[in-house]
Amino acid sequence: MPPSNDLKDGGELRIIGFLCNWCSYSGADAAGVARLEQPTDLRIIRTPCTGRIDPLFILRALINGADGVLVSGCHPGDCHYVEGNFHARRRLETLKRILPISGIDPERFKYTWVSASESGRWQETVREFTAKIHALGPAPRMTDVVSRSKDLSLEGLLLQDENGGA
Amino acid sequence: MNVLETMKKCIREALPDLDMVMGWEQGFDTLHATPLFMETAEDVDRLILGPTCVQSLAVHLPSLKGKKIGVVVKGCDSRAVVQLLSENLLNRENLVIFGFGCDGVVSLSRLKKKLGALDFIESAEKKDDRLCIEINGEQQDLPFDDICAPKCLTCSRPNAIISDHFAGPQRTPRIPAKGKTALEKFEEKSLPERFDFWKAQMQRCVRCYACRDSCPMCVCRDHCVAVSRNPHFVSQEATASENFMFQLIHVMHLAGRCVSCGECERACPMDIPLGLLRAKSTEVTSALFNQEAGLDQEAVLPLLSFNIEEETIEEHD
Repeated sequence: MPPSNDLKDGGELRIIGFLCNWCSYSGADAAGVARLEQPTDLRIIRTPCTGRIDPLFILRALINGADGVLVSGCHPGDCHYVEGNFHARRRLETLKRILPISGIDPERFKYTWVSASESGRWQETVREFTAKIHALGPAPRMTDVVSRSKDLSLEGLLLQDENGGA
Repeated sequence: MNVLETMKKCIREALPDLDMVMGWEQGFDTLHATPLFMETAEDVDRLILGPTCVQSLAVHLPSLKGKKIGVVVKGCDSRAVVQLLSENLLNRENLVIFGFGCDGVVSLSRLKKKLGALDFIESAEKKDDRLCIEINGEQQDLPFDDICAPKCLTCSRPNAIISDHFAGPQRTPRIPAKGKTALEKFEEKSLPERFDFWKAQMQRCVRCYACRDSCPMCVCRDHCVAVSRNPHFVSQEATASENFMFQLIHVMHLAGRCVSCGECERACPMDIPLGLLRAKSTEVTSALFNQEAGLDQEAVLPLLSFNIEEETIEEHD
């Protein structure tokens, strides 16, 4: 499939999708069967449930160089395992709110709920998220060497030192 | 009778029924304390209490489960004990807690920055809000706030919140000094600046795991996901990205559990400000789940429970 027209540049970025087997994966499958056109930057990993998704999966993907991570599962209340996505919701929200302190843009991580019948909504989700990641551009990498002369002062971060430089 | 003598008396009385009591004794000089494991009445004589007693002894408790243990705790240490109890990692009936009101502890790394080197300290004594130390024959008189552990500047719980024996007077919590916290200052930086900051810090990290080993809430020990091959979340390479992954694992595993004891940052031989990551995680989980770790023995871990309707989480559909 050619890259979607709404993306200005031709280059693909790496977006990892963690999808629950019962809702979003089927939804994405249905979108494919219905030939709903989607950008191809997303690489999907199928999981039994969003509750199976350890927040570390997402962190590992982001630190290993993923430009974006999309998590999608059943709508809360519709979980195949009854409460998996309730647990996931708390974990994913916690992760999303902690991310900014690490300097990783929280916009690069999105979690959402798409059911098996919502193929149109899936197409829209993928298009929107891919466009957002393209707008953000490739993610900065930890592996790029940083000069040691960069400001490493710690004292400036302490409460008492008002004129600290950090 | 002063606090120390009262504490010694309490411990001597309780010791016959216990396998061991953990406290602190003087290390190689008066500024350095080291953990003391008291098994006999004579051992109790070496006990000290004061601003040099920096280590949280709660870190040893989970590995001593099954023994009858006494532990001396400051306010911050006691929160770790409460959290361990709430997670069923300790048996309350096997534990005797000796609490006291802590007056703040020194930060050796801040002191070192002030003095240049800390080779041998002839004497160190806290007088009100100053620390008088003698180094290389010179007397130094330093404001305590300049050299205390960062956590003590905002300490709201100086007294052990759980104890079977409490020695000495209750301390009044200090009013946090005006000004921004380290976290607020750090959050003024942009995301790329923060990322570069961590990138530089993580290049310094030697992955000695001191932060993990000193953490009273890190209880997996030999099963730590950071060293396991299956699942293999982190490789052994000590590169910035692997080090950062390890740190973020620590943060995620402590989300909703971190008792803000600051041990990770204190133990770090490279002086990496790990407290920033923990402070953020504590801020996030308190805001989301309206719950602070280490205050309630009956509390359920927020990430092990859920509400069908989450009031604090915006619905994503």
